[in-house]
Amino acid sequence: MAGPVSQRTYSDAEISAILRSVRSIAVVGASLKDVRPSYFVVRYLTDKGYDVFPINPGHGGETVLGRKVYATLADVPEPIDMVDIFRGPEHVPGIVEEALALVPRPKVIWMQLGIRHDDAAARAEAAGLTVVMNRCPKIEYGRLSGEISWSGVNSRVLSSKKPVLRPGFQHRGLPGT
Amino acid sequence: MAEERTPGFNTLAIHAGAKPDPATGARATPIYQTTSYVFDNAEHAASLFGLQAFGNIYTRIMNPTQAVLEERVAALEGGTAALAVASGHAAQAIVFHTLCQPGDEIIAAKKLYGGSINQMGHSFKSFGWNVVWADTDDLSTFEAAVSPRTKAIFIESIANPGGIVTDIAAISEIAKKAGVPLIVDNTLATPYLCRPFEHGADVVVHSLTKFMGGHGNSIGGIIVDGGTFNWSAEGRFPLLSEPRPEYHGIKLHETFGNFAFAIACRVLGLRDLGPAMAPFNAFLFLTGIETLPLRMQRHSDNALAVAEWLTQHDEVTWVSYAGLPGDRYHNLAKRYSPKGAGAVLTFGVRGGHEAGVKIVESVELFSHLANIGDTRSLIIHPSSTTHSQLTDDAKAASGAGPEVVRLSVGLEDVEDIIADLDQALKA
Repeated sequence: MAGPVSQRTYSDAEISAILRSVRSIAVVGASLKDVRPSYFVVRYLTDKGYDVFPINPGHGGETVLGRKVYATLADVPEPIDMVDIFRGPEHVPGIVEEALALVPRPKVIWMQLGIRHDDAAARAEAAGLTVVMNRCPKIEYGRLSGEISWSGVNSRVLSSKKPVLRPGFQHRGLPGT
Repeated sequence: MAEERTPGFNTLAIHAGAKPDPATGARATPIYQTTSYVFDNAEHAASLFGLQAFGNIYTRIMNPTQAVLEERVAALEGGTAALAVASGHAAQAIVFHTLCQPGDEIIAAKKLYGGSINQMGHSFKSFGWNVVWADTDDLSTFEAAVSPRTKAIFIESIANPGGIVTDIAAISEIAKKAGVPLIVDNTLATPYLCRPFEHGADVVVHSLTKFMGGHGNSIGGIIVDGGTFNWSAEGRFPLLSEPRPEYHGIKLHETFGNFAFAIACRVLGLRDLGPAMAPFNAFLFLTGIETLPLRMQRHSDNALAVAEWLTQHDEVTWVSYAGLPGDRYHNLAKRYSPKGAGAVLTFGVRGGHEAGVKIVESVELFSHLANIGDTRSLIIHPSSTTHSQLTDDAKAASGAGPEVVRLSVGLEDVEDIIADLDQALKA
C-alpha cells in the first residue's frame, strides 16, 4: 500500500486504512510524565479503543494510565499490530530491527511527527511492513474523525457524510468504521 | 491510488469545517447556543482540562459553531488553525498578549486602521508593549526599527484608509532576519483577494465584521496560525516554548506543533482575557463567508468603476485606489491582489474639510457610518470621525487629511452608486 520511502505525503484514505487495520499499538518512548506529548498519545489512543503498550526501558514494570510499561518490544506478551516510534531518528534503525524480530511481526511502523529515517523505512518495507513517517497518530485520528476541528484546526477534510460517533459525549470515530 | 483533489476557494468557502450535524442531520451548521458541555466522567473532564483530549468545555474558550468558522477561515487563508474572538481588536489584543511581555516592542506600519493606531499607540502602552512605527513606503524604516526587544512586525495587506498595498514578501524577509513573526491584518483584502501566508506572513488577523461577514450585522475577529514560525528557536516567546504553570508544565509548542500559536491564543489569551464570540455571530459569519468569492469580486469591480469615474470629476482632486492603472500601488496590487483591489478607496475633494463634511451629509444611497465591508455602500469623512482623535500631522500621515473622503463601495448597481456620488458632489 505505501509508496516508495521518498514519499512524504500520505493520502487520507491510506492513513485511515492503517488506523482502522490495527488494534494493538506499542508506543516506544512513552513517557510517564503527564505533560509530555507521548503521554497524550498513549492516553488518546487508549480512549479510542486501541490496546496500547507503553515501551520505556527505564520504567519497565511500572504502570501509566493503568497500562503496564514494558522495557522492550520483545517483553510485550501479546501481538503488536503497530509500533509507534517516539524516539529521535538515531534510535529508529534499532527499534525497527527489534520490531522485525517479533513473532508475529507488526504490520505497521509509524514514526512520530518530526521523525524520519529513510533507510530504516526501506528495511521495514522490504520486509512487507507499511511505514508512515513524520506524522502523529493522535493528530491523524483527530483530523480524520473531525475531533481536531473542535479546536479550530484545519483538518483539510471536506465531507457531506455523517461523522462517526463513538459511545459517550464528544467522541468520534474514523469514517468507515 | 487516485490523487486527492485540492478543493478550490469557492468550494472551501462553502464546505470547509462544516459536516452535517451527526445528531440531527442538520446540513446548515447549527447555532450551539450553550455555555457548557457535559463530560462523560471525571476522567474525560480531566483530559479535556489538561488539553489531552479534543473537545468542548466552556463557550468562553470554544464552541462548535465557532469551531466551524475557525476551520473555514483557516482553510481559506491556507493556515493550520484559527481562533475566532469577539472583535478584530480582541484578535489583535490576544495575538500580542501571546507574544509580548512588558518592555517588548512591536514594529507596526504607521498607515493602519485608526482604531489599530489607537489600540497599539495607547492601550498597548499601558501593558508595557511599545510600538515603533515604520513606513511601508520606505522599507528601510522597518529594518532600522528592529531591536533585541522586537517581538513582531504588524502590517495590513491593504491599508485602511486609502488603498495602500503593502509589500508583504519584502517585509517578511525583514521579519525572518529579525527572528520575529510577521502579523498581517488581511481585513480589507480577505483571502479571496490576497493570501498573506503565500507571501511569508506567519499569522493573519481579521476583523470579520467587515468583508468576511459582509452584511454589516455582527462584530467579530479571528486569528489564523500559518504554522510556519518556530516559536522555540530562541526562547523569545516563553508562552509557547516554556512549561506553562496553568497547565501543569505543558510546553505548548512542543505539544501542538504547527498549530501551537492558535492553541496558545485560545487556552491562555482567550481563556484568561475573555473576549469570546457569540455563537449566533459565528453562524452569521459562516453564512456570509459562503458568498465571499462572489461578493469580493463584485465589490472590487464596482469600486474600480467608481474610482475611474471619480478621476474624471471636476470636484475631485485625487483618487487613491490601487486598482487604477496609474496608482502608485498598482504594481503591488497586481502582485498581491490580482483579482481586484477591494472595495475601499479614498479621494480628495475640492474645498477641504467643509466640502468633505458636505458630501457625507448629502448622500442618499450611501450610508454615513463608521464601518466598511457591508453589502451597502458606505461613506465617511475620516478626519472628523475614525481618525478624529489623531493630531493633524498624524491624520495626514495615516492618509486621513481634512479633504479625504473614504468609500466602501457596496454591491448595488454601480450606476446607482455613481449617480448618488454625483448628486452629492454637486450639492
